[in-house]
Amino acid sequence: MNEIIELRKLAPEINLLKLNVPLITQKAKAGQFVVLRMNEEGERIPMSITDLDPETGILTIIFQEVGKSTAHLATLKKGDVLADVVGPLGVPTHMENFGTCVCVGGGIGIAPIHFAAKTLKQTGNKVISIIGARSKNLLILEEEMKSLSDQLLISTDDGSYGLHGFVTDLLTQLLSKKVKVDFIMAIGPVVMMRAVCRVTAPWGIKTVVSLNPIMVDATGMCGACRVTVGGKTKFACVDGPDFDGHQVDFDELIKRQAMYLKQEKIAMERFYQKLGGKTKEGVAR
Amino acid sequence: MNTKERLKIPRQKMPEQSPKERIKNFKEVPFGLTPELAMKEAQRCLQCKKTVCIDGCPVEINIPEFIRLIAEGDFTEAAKELKKTNSLPAICGRVCPQEDQCEKVCTLAKKYEPVAIGNLERFAADYEREQGKVEIPQIAPPTGKKVAIVGSGPAGLTLAGDLIKLGHQVTIFEALHKTGGVLVYGIPEFRLPKSIVQAEVDYLAKLGVEIKTSFVIGMLWSIDELFKNGYHVVFIGTGAGLPNFMHIPGENLNGIYSANEYLTRSNLMKAYSFPEYDTPIFSGKNVAVLGGGNTAMDSVRTALRLGAENAYIIYRRSRKEMPARIDEIHHAEQEGVQFNFLTTPIKYNGNADGWVTSMECLKMKLGEPDASGRRRPVPIEGSNYTMEVDTVVVAIGNSSNPLVPQTTPGLEVNKWGNIVADPETGRTSREGVWAGGDIVTGGATVILAAGAGKKAAKDIHRYLESL
Repeated sequence: MNEIIELRKLAPEINLLKLNVPLITQKAKAGQFVVLRMNEEGERIPMSITDLDPETGILTIIFQEVGKSTAHLATLKKGDVLADVVGPLGVPTHMENFGTCVCVGGGIGIAPIHFAAKTLKQTGNKVISIIGARSKNLLILEEEMKSLSDQLLISTDDGSYGLHGFVTDLLTQLLSKKVKVDFIMAIGPVVMMRAVCRVTAPWGIKTVVSLNPIMVDATGMCGACRVTVGGKTKFACVDGPDFDGHQVDFDELIKRQAMYLKQEKIAMERFYQKLGGKTKEGVAR
Repeated sequence: MNTKERLKIPRQKMPEQSPKERIKNFKEVPFGLTPELAMKEAQRCLQCKKTVCIDGCPVEINIPEFIRLIAEGDFTEAAKELKKTNSLPAICGRVCPQEDQCEKVCTLAKKYEPVAIGNLERFAADYEREQGKVEIPQIAPPTGKKVAIVGSGPAGLTLAGDLIKLGHQVTIFEALHKTGGVLVYGIPEFRLPKSIVQAEVDYLAKLGVEIKTSFVIGMLWSIDELFKNGYHVVFIGTGAGLPNFMHIPGENLNGIYSANEYLTRSNLMKAYSFPEYDTPIFSGKNVAVLGGGNTAMDSVRTALRLGAENAYIIYRRSRKEMPARIDEIHHAEQEGVQFNFLTTPIKYNGNADGWVTSMECLKMKLGEPDASGRRRPVPIEGSNYTMEVDTVVVAIGNSSNPLVPQTTPGLEVNKWGNIVADPETGRTSREGVWAGGDIVTGGATVILAAGAGKKAAKDIHRYLESL
């Protein structure tokens, strides 16, 4: 249990992790997440689920190195055992046959949108996917997204692949073509989710986002993950992580996510020093 | 020794770290009684015929008897006597509100200071553990019956100890990665060293209790799935685990924590050892803790140890109404905590980055008694003032965590979401399901939760025998 079956780089600072967690794979659904803890000193890291296979008991996570803990996780090897894998946590994404769904994934958000898109497709929906990244080499799961979507649109910020622009540009184009869209799911950086919601609001299309605030226990006990939705405080871990994007106070979320930036820097520098004075780039390559 | 001589002995003080020294560390504040001090204190007990102290104890420890054994120097026997009714004496000796229970009704308390029952309980339990004299009790032959305990706090640990001795197979399911519930995530090291909780857990494991951590009942398995997996009985002791907020403007600004989060970061995740431990905590200069209970005292004293220059308690009633243990209030005062009574925040102000910078407060006065019998605080109009704060800890209680009730059809809960259970047996509306501790009573004490575990154990045993 909790053994690493596979861990490899998909792109710079983006890693694919496969874990042997049979019980969790029998239970987890799209939209839910797990919490990992590497060792005694480790923090509790919430992670979206990319995919799972109840038959083999293998759970797939794609994660980006954004701080000390994830950078450390990326240095582990096949066969290593994590101290804890807790889950599934959170409320599963509400699935039904909406009709035509647009799944928007940005950056590392393509990983959880993959699971959502796959499940929406299995539920009988027509799935149009829009994925984007800063640059071509950071774009993940293109093949997987292509095979499960009825249509796949791609953008990169630097124009190295697909449309030169943002996922919201593709979404705006799509909606302007009067394609009838019944449901939109958007997962990615908070600024992206905010932008998607701004695009879809005038069209009145239900837009669900998956939020990733800072969490500690992730079972409703601590309240670290509180977000304002429709003017009310919600706990993303037990009330979410999915919320109606048109109701979310994204600006507050952005500020709350930045709460420990100073400490993250300290932890990061200490970690690289321990690795032998390597720079961030040195480890990432 | 006659009564007169006994009455002459003053209450023995437990040696402790000086306030100046201890606010720089997280080590336990009192050092505990020495054997000499303990025997002297034990001699103060008059061995009254009418044992009012026992009536004052939620688990009815035979107090005169264990104290008599300490007076005679038979410390191990004293510990055994304690454990007849209380599985967690080292913990309860430290965290019970004795001044409201056994020590309140102690005969001596009328004219003198009461016998230091809590300190003696702690002494005997510590002695037994430190001397390695904890005996493995006889375990009844296996009954083949399986019991699932959800939550490893004081209720669950007590229940596990009682049922395993009766020959039942016991599994504890704990959502967090460490066993002990509020004893490990909530109560700080300086009040309850985690090694003591670990010793209790290790003891249960030695008796054969199976412990599954990082296992969230209500998510990974439901109560019904526990039955499907062969458990005959389920006990829910999940605690009061959903922090209350005041729902006033600005409450989601950075720097504003629930006490659960603040204490969990510090205690369970060891954020006070950041960056050796990965979990960070923001340790501000001006820290305001809202509330007057033990959790508030734990939070404000944690803030001091994390380096606060000003650590405030903001409490809407007066000192007299504070529900915290007297010892904790004393300790907080000694350590330089500033108490702002009859005060309530109404609004937080923040900067452009979303950090709290100040708090607008209102002064209160005490009005007529409310449902709890305490005088209700009434705001004084126009008394608004602003205080500078960079950290706020909201310690105004918890509601019940909905994960288990939501996923358990037929389990009756009251309007606050607490599970409805028979106070004498812990039986719920669902066949085979018992509950006890804070999930039933709402936020209460360790000893009441342990007592609920004790009562449930008796009833569950009867039930299992009837199957």
